[in-house]
Amino acid sequence: MTDRTIKVDYLARVEGEGAMYVRIKNGQVADVKLKIFEPPRFFEAFLRGRSYLEAPDITARICGICPVAYQMSAVHAMEDALGISIVGPIRALRRLIYCGEWIESHALHVFMLHAPDYLGYPDAIRMAKDHPKLVQQGLDLKKLGNEIISLLAGRAIHPINVRVGGFYRVPTRPELAPLHEHLKRGSDMCREIVRWTRTLPIRDYARNYEFVALRHATEYPMNEGRIVSNRGLDITAREYDAHFEEEQVAHSNALHSVIKGRGAYLTGPLARFNLNFDRLPDSVQQVARDVGLAGTCANPFESIIVRSLEMLYAFEEAIRIIEAYEPPETPAVACEPYASTGYACTEAPRGTLYHRYSIDEKGIIRDARIVPPTSQNQKMIENDLRDYVAPRIEMPSDQLRSECEQVIRNYDPCISCATHFLKLEVEREP
Amino acid sequence: MARKHKLAVWKFASCDGCQLSLLSCEDQLLTLANEIEIAYFREASSAVIKGPYALSLVEGSITTKEDAERIQKIRKVSRSLVTIGACATAGGIQALRNFGNVAEFLSIVYARPEYISTLETSTAIAAHVKVDFELRGCPINKEQLVDVITAFIRGRLPTVPPHSVCLDCKRKGIICVMVARGVPCMGPVTHTGCGVLCPKYARGCYGCFGPKENPNTESLADWFVRLGTAHSDVAREFRNFNSDAPAFRAESERQEKLS
Repeated sequence: MTDRTIKVDYLARVEGEGAMYVRIKNGQVADVKLKIFEPPRFFEAFLRGRSYLEAPDITARICGICPVAYQMSAVHAMEDALGISIVGPIRALRRLIYCGEWIESHALHVFMLHAPDYLGYPDAIRMAKDHPKLVQQGLDLKKLGNEIISLLAGRAIHPINVRVGGFYRVPTRPELAPLHEHLKRGSDMCREIVRWTRTLPIRDYARNYEFVALRHATEYPMNEGRIVSNRGLDITAREYDAHFEEEQVAHSNALHSVIKGRGAYLTGPLARFNLNFDRLPDSVQQVARDVGLAGTCANPFESIIVRSLEMLYAFEEAIRIIEAYEPPETPAVACEPYASTGYACTEAPRGTLYHRYSIDEKGIIRDARIVPPTSQNQKMIENDLRDYVAPRIEMPSDQLRSECEQVIRNYDPCISCATHFLKLEVEREP
Repeated sequence: MARKHKLAVWKFASCDGCQLSLLSCEDQLLTLANEIEIAYFREASSAVIKGPYALSLVEGSITTKEDAERIQKIRKVSRSLVTIGACATAGGIQALRNFGNVAEFLSIVYARPEYISTLETSTAIAAHVKVDFELRGCPINKEQLVDVITAFIRGRLPTVPPHSVCLDCKRKGIICVMVARGVPCMGPVTHTGCGVLCPKYARGCYGCFGPKENPNTESLADWFVRLGTAHSDVAREFRNFNSDAPAFRAESERQEKLS
C-alpha cells in the first residue's frame, strides 16, 4: 500500500475538463496535480482590436455558468477606465442580476454537483429516485435564479441586456412584480435548505486558509469593494497586479495564482462569508448561527452550507432591491472613449474575478487581462489534496479517489473559466 | 419495459453553456430522464455507462489534435450525433484565431507558449465527422434542445425552423430597431431560435445563432454602411460567435478589404 498512484482521468460533476493525480511513495504524498486539459481559447488575445463595448458580450462566452460575472467585471473595468461611476437604480439592477446568477450557480452546485457526494449517488437524476422532493426543490431554486436573469436580460446563459454604462432596456415596476412573489417562495424554501445542509454527513476537517474576497462599506460584496484578506491584505482592484501574480510551478503544467511573497489563498463563498459575515442582514446571520456558522468556517466540506446561506442572502437581497426599485431616467449612462486603462473585481459565484483592459482613444481594446476564480483556487485545491491525503495514506484506493474528488468539488471549480491553463497529457477514452 | 435509449453528452472547446442548457430544462429534466438513459454526461454525473449510444450531443469545437481524434471515436459509438451550439456548429468565438496568428495569440496569453499544443484553427464538428443535425445558437435554445432530443427518440425530424430572426421579429410586432432608430441589426441574416431577444430589449441582433439559410449578407452590410457604420465595425459584426460560418466569414473578409 505504500507506493501507489490515485488518479481520475476525467473529473465528473465539475464544469469543464480536468483530471486529478496523486502519487504516494514510501508512505508519503509525493506528488499532487489538479490537471486541466480544457483546451485554451485565447480570449485575452482576440479581445485585442475589439471595441470596448464588445467586452461584456465576448467575455460572457468564457463561461456558460457564470456569464453575468464576466459581464459585470467587464463593464466595471471599462467604466473605471472612463471615469464613470454607476449609482442608483442601474447599480441596483446590476446587483439584482448578480443575485440571479448566484442563485442559479449555487443551486446547480449544491443540488446537482455537490449533494450527490454526501448522499452517495453518481448524480442528481439518480438521487431523485430516492429524494424526489429534494431534487425538485433544487431545480425550482435554480429556475428562480434563471428567471431573474432572463427577466432582466433576455436569457440566463449569455444574457443580452448588459452594456457599458448600464442596460439597453430596464424593467418597469409592474414587470418585476410577479418575480417578487416567486422570490418570496424561493427564500422560504432556501431557509429549509440551509437546515437540510446541516443534516448532511459532513466530515470534520479544517484548514488554515488565507481567505481573499471583496469587502464593501455596507453590503455583502458583489459588484464592488476593496480586495481584503484575513492576513492583512486591503487593496483596490487597481493595485491587484502589484499583489497577485501567476506563477509557473515545475511539478504542474498549470499557472497558479498566488499572493506575492505569501503563496496560495482561497477565494469564493467561504472567503466571502468569513470576511463579510457582519455585512449579512440579521435575518441571514441568524439562520447561519442556527446551523452553527457565525462567520468562522474553515471546513471546505461545509461550503455546501455556505453556498445555501449565500443563496438565501441572494433571495432576500433580490426581494429588497425589487421592493425599492424605481426605474432610472435612462437605461444607461452615456460614455465616450479615450485612451485609458481600467480595472475591476467583482464576486463571481466561485470567487473574485479580475478584469483589466487598456483601450485607445477610439475605444479599441489594446490589452486585456482576465483572472478567473478557478485559476486563483487551483494551488489551494492542490494544497488541500496534499493535506487531505497525508493522514489517509492507508485508505483503500477507491475510497481515497472518491474522497479526493470531493475535495476538488468543494471548490465548485469551473475549468472552462480558467483560460490560463497549459498543455497536459491527455488520457481518456471516448 | 423496453430498454431506454442511451444519451451521451460530449464536450470539446467551449464554455459549457450548451450542455448546461440540458440541466436548465428544470421542468423537463426528470421527465426526460424517465424516457432516456443519461449514459455519459461528465458535468452532471460520475456514472459512466458504456456505449454505443443512441444519441450523442456534442458541445464545443475542435482545437487540438487529441480532440480531432476523439471526435472520430465518438462518431463510431454514436447512432445519431447532434452538435449543439455555435462552437460545435461553427467553431465558436475561439474561431477568431482562424483570422489571426496563433503563435502570436499564444505569446499574448501564455508565458511559456512552447508548452501549449493547439491547432491553428478552431473548427466545427461537421468538418471532421458526419453530423446528423446541427442545433444553432450561442447558447442554444433549451426548448429546441428538448425538441431535438424528443425527435431523435421518436424517430421524427426536429421542428427547428431555418428562417431569419427578422421574420419572427415582424411576427411578434416588435418595432424595427434598424428602420425606426437606425441601429445596425443582424436580424435579417441571422438564423432564428433565440426568441427575438435583442430587438425586444431595444438593441440590434448580434448574430448568436449564425447565418440563416441563404442570407443576403452583402445587402445588409451595405445598409450598415449607409447608416454610418465603418467597414471595420461592420466586419466585427460578422465576426463574433459564428465568425467561421461560411456566409459570415465571407462578409467579414469583404468588409475587411473595403476598410
